[in-house]
Amino acid sequence: MATPENPNSDQEPIIPDPGQDEILGPGHNYATVTERIGGVVYTPWKRWPGKWWIGAVISFGFVNLLMLAMYVLFFHGIGVWGVNIPIGWGFAIINFVWWIGIGHAGTLISAILFLLKQDWRTSINRFSEAMTLFAVACAGMFPILHLGRPWLAYWLFPYPNSMWLWPQPRSPLEWDVFAVSTYGTVSLVFWYVGLIPDLASMRDSAPHLWQQRIFGLLSLGWRGSAIHWSRYQKAYLLLAGLSTPLVLSVHTIVSFDFAISIIPGWHTTIFPPYFVAGAIYSGFAMVLTLIIPLRSWYNLRDLITLRHIEAASKVMLGTGLIVAYGYSMEAFFAWYSGDKYESFMYWNRMTGPYAFTYWLLILCNIALPQALWSKRVRHNIGIVWVISIVVNIGMWLERFEIVVTSLTRDFVPSSWGTYIPTKWDWATYTGTLGFFMLLIFLFVRMLPSISIFEVREVVHHQSHPKEALQERQ
Amino acid sequence: MSQELTLSELPTIHGAMAEFDTPEELLHAGERAFAAGYRRMDAYAPMPVAGLAETIGYRRNKVAFCVLIGGICGAMFGFGLLEWMTVVAYAHNVGGRPLNSWPAYIPITFECMILFASLTALVSMLAMNGLPKPYHPVFNVPAFDHASIDKFFLCIESSDPKFRVEDTLQFLRDTGAKEVNVVPA
Repeated sequence: MATPENPNSDQEPIIPDPGQDEILGPGHNYATVTERIGGVVYTPWKRWPGKWWIGAVISFGFVNLLMLAMYVLFFHGIGVWGVNIPIGWGFAIINFVWWIGIGHAGTLISAILFLLKQDWRTSINRFSEAMTLFAVACAGMFPILHLGRPWLAYWLFPYPNSMWLWPQPRSPLEWDVFAVSTYGTVSLVFWYVGLIPDLASMRDSAPHLWQQRIFGLLSLGWRGSAIHWSRYQKAYLLLAGLSTPLVLSVHTIVSFDFAISIIPGWHTTIFPPYFVAGAIYSGFAMVLTLIIPLRSWYNLRDLITLRHIEAASKVMLGTGLIVAYGYSMEAFFAWYSGDKYESFMYWNRMTGPYAFTYWLLILCNIALPQALWSKRVRHNIGIVWVISIVVNIGMWLERFEIVVTSLTRDFVPSSWGTYIPTKWDWATYTGTLGFFMLLIFLFVRMLPSISIFEVREVVHHQSHPKEALQERQ
Repeated sequence: MSQELTLSELPTIHGAMAEFDTPEELLHAGERAFAAGYRRMDAYAPMPVAGLAETIGYRRNKVAFCVLIGGICGAMFGFGLLEWMTVVAYAHNVGGRPLNSWPAYIPITFECMILFASLTALVSMLAMNGLPKPYHPVFNVPAFDHASIDKFFLCIESSDPKFRVEDTLQFLRDTGAKEVNVVPA
C-alpha cells in the first residue's frame, strides 16, 4: 500500500511492517510511541496527506447531500421515501440495523478482547471505539427521521407530560429506545475514560499553548498518580465487563424488533444470536476497511501490523461462518416446520422478485470470504481490504433481504406489494456514509487514534517478556 | 543536618519529588519509602504499573462497590418506572394482557442497570480521584511534563509527619533517583 505521494516520504522513510508475529515494530520506547501517535495530530496542516484532503472533502460533500435529503424529508414528509403499506420499514430500518451492527465490533474489540487479555487489541481499540460512536450516531438518525414528525422524538422517552401518556414498555420498539440510547452513552463513556490519560500526554507534548489548553481541559488535570491509575483500571475493567453483555443485549433487542412480530421470516428464535454474529462480522469488516488505508497514509505500519490485520480477518472468517449457519438454519426450519407461509417466504427469497439480493448476499457473505482460510490471502493486504468491503455490502444486503422480502410477500396475496427505494432513500443512506467518514477523518486529525498508554504497556512487556507472561497468568 | 520546618515555611512546600527512568526503579523506591515509614506520598507514571499503588500503601479501592450500588439502583429505577407507568400511572388494557406483565420489562430494566452502573463507574472514579483538577502543585516541577510521557516520579508530601526537607531529599537521592526536586506548593 506504500505510495510515492506519502507526504512523510521526503522526511522519513516508510516504516516497514514487522510481520505477522509482532504487535509493535522494533526500537520503540515510551517517548517514541507518544511522538509517533501524537505526531499525527500535531502535523502542521500543510503536511497533511493529500488523500486525507480528498477523502474529507468528498465526505463533506455527502454530508451536504444528507442535509438536503433531510430538508426535503422534513418539508414533504416520508412520502419522499419508497416506503408505503405494506412495506412500512424500508431503508430506515435496514440502515439502522446495518449501522448498529458496524458499531458492535468496536465494543467487541475494546471490551471483550480486553477481558480475554488479547494484546493485539491495543493499537486498534481506540479507533474502533470511535467507529462505534460514529456508527451509533448514524444509526440513531434513521428511526428518528422515520418518525414522520422527528421534532417529537422525545415522545419516545417516558416523561411526565400534560396528557399523562406513557410509552408502551411491552414493545420491542420501546426496548430499542433504551437499548440504543444506553449503548450510545456507555460507548461514549468507555471511549472517553480510555482517552483521559492520553489527553494528558497530548497536553504535555503539545507544541502550541492553545493545544495545551484544549487538551488540558479535556484531560481533566490527569497527572498519572498511582492511586488514580488503580481506580482508573478498576473502572475501565468494570466498564469492559458492563459493555460486554450490553453489546449482546443491544443487537438481541434489535433482532426482537423482527422476531417478536408474526411476519413469516421474522418470527424465529435464531434471530438474536444470528444478528449478534452478523453485527460483529460487519463491524470487523468495517474496522479492516478503515485501518488498512489509515496505517498506510500515516505511516503507522509498525503500530498496526500484519498481526492485527490477520487476527481481524480470522474473526471475520469465524463470525462469517456463524452467519452462514444462521442462513442454513433459516432455510432448514422454513422447510422442516411444514409451515406453508415460512416455506413460501424462503422459496420467494430464492426465486422471487428480490432473488438477486439473496444470491448476491450468499456470494458476498458466504462464498467470497472463504478465501480468508488461505494464509496467502490473509497476508495480501489489498485482497483483505477488498473482502472487507464485500462483506460490508453483503451485510447490508442481508438486512435488505430480511426486511423487504418478508414485508412484500406476507400471508395474503391481496396485501402484497413492491418496494423500490427512491433517490431520497439513497441520498439519506449515502449521506450518513459521508457523515460517518467525515467524523472518522476529523477524529484521526484531532485525537490520538491509537491508545498511547496501552502501547507503552506493550513496550514495557516487550522489554520484560518473563514478567509480562506472569502478569498475564 | 536535618531542619524542622517552621509554620511559615510549611505551605510553601508541597513535597519532595524524585525522578526515575523505569517503572522498576520507581517500584523499588516506593517500597523503600514505605519501609522507611513515609505514608503520605504518591507515585506518578505514564501508564499503569502493576502493584505500584499497593506498594505505597493504597489498599481500599471502592470503585467496584460504587458500581454495584449504581447497578442495583439502575435496575430498581428501570423496573420501578415501568411498573408504575403500566400499573399505576397509565393502567391501560392492551389485548387483555395483565397490567403487570413483568417479563416484558426485563430488557429495559437490564439497560437501565448497565447505564447507571457505567455512569457510576465514570463519576465515582473521577470523584474519588478528585478530578477534574486543573491545578496541582506537582505540575510546578518542570520535568513533571514527562510524567505523562516517559518518566516515573515519586513525591513524598510535606504533610507526612516524617517529612524533613533535607532528610527526605537525601533519602530520595539514596533510592537511586535520577534527579530530586523540592515541589513548591
